[in-house]
Amino acid sequence: MSQALKKPSVDQVWEWLDAVPDPEIPVISLVDLGIIRDVAWADETLTVTVTPTYSGCPATSVIAMDIETALHDHGIKDLKLKTQISPAWTTDWLSQKGRAKLEDYGIAPPQPAGGPQHCPRCKSENVTRVSQFGSTPCKAHWRCQDCLEPFDYFKCI
Amino acid sequence: MSAATSNEAFTQFLLRMGDNTLILGHRVSEWCGHSPVLEEDIALANTALDLIGQTQMWLGLAGEIEGKGQTADNLAFLRDVWDFRNLLLVEMPNGDFGQTLMRQFLFDAWHSIQLGRLMSSSDERVAAIAEKTSKEVAYHLERSADTVVGLGDGTEESHARMQDALDYLWPYVGEMFQSDAVDAEMVAKGIAPDPASLREEYDALVGRILATATLTIPDTAFGHKGGRTGAMHTEHLGHLLTQMQWLQRAYPGSEW
Ligand SMILES: [Zn+2]
Repeated sequence: MSQALKKPSVDQVWEWLDAVPDPEIPVISLVDLGIIRDVAWADETLTVTVTPTYSGCPATSVIAMDIETALHDHGIKDLKLKTQISPAWTTDWLSQKGRAKLEDYGIAPPQPAGGPQHCPRCKSENVTRVSQFGSTPCKAHWRCQDCLEPFDYFKCI
Repeated sequence: MSAATSNEAFTQFLLRMGDNTLILGHRVSEWCGHSPVLEEDIALANTALDLIGQTQMWLGLAGEIEGKGQTADNLAFLRDVWDFRNLLLVEMPNGDFGQTLMRQFLFDAWHSIQLGRLMSSSDERVAAIAEKTSKEVAYHLERSADTVVGLGDGTEESHARMQDALDYLWPYVGEMFQSDAVDAEMVAKGIAPDPASLREEYDALVGRILATATLTIPDTAFGHKGGRTGAMHTEHLGHLLTQMQWLQRAYPGSEW
């Protein structure tokens, strides 16, 4: 009985995961990124289901390691990471909190229109695309025509 | 049909998908650090990365279905030329930047249509990989089509180079739509479409983009083949493999 009581709740685990930063954009958490799809206990084993972002994203293995490290530090020993590719990850799964943090950090959050709403720095809507491919697979490269600064746009997928 | 025969055909189909993305991914990665401008270098590297990531899924599933304990890495790095099942188109050398982007466009157009069909595969693992990868390939196609139009309908020099690239690569397009016993079995099981059934949509898409690019599709019915069946690759694949596989050949089993 006492053993069972020691098991942290699923909500508690979500909270811990929300403190694990994305390795490439550390201002948002793995939960903000929307890649944690499920957290569930089966007896004494905790299963965390993760949906990768881009197929070739080099951060994928680092993310798995970071999840393991964080949960081990909170005393979870019996952990299973499950990779789920369908339904495919979409930028629609980014949290509202994550979107706001991205913009504060200088990365324009994804928009249904397929381009940034405005420059993340000066908020000008006079922006132009430099390249559909940016510094990482998930970003495109844009430029503000008013403040003249280049910036990343988190592209829709 | 016995289970063993089905798995053999299914494995072959998966190798064809994974070898296309692997070999093209490697070819595109050869540009890393050599592109005409930084933005193009980054775009090519990101495309290569997507393709290699997709390879991991296709070859991973191929190893699983084959059931001989092969990993995606083993299949990529320890097979020799005659075991590869990629289209000849993707092993063709990069040539100049225009030829690389023409090859990419001719492949992306087929790839996007093929993945669209595979999303309704009777095998849910195939459907899941197709669902995931088609989102990435949509970006590849958008970029390669834009570049083909930009360079084709560009300067006299860029137009001539793009027309040369199209003339050189077009005879490798026909292989995408050929079929054999493996395809027949995939069609019968609802796993994959008949390759020939993609031709109409392909011709419409490619015809539209190439017309906008002011380029002329060569008037020839001649086609090279032998890549997807493994009957005969070009001399280029062996050279590519010596570079791609040397580390695993020299230090088998090494990891990092
Ligand atoms: Zn600005």
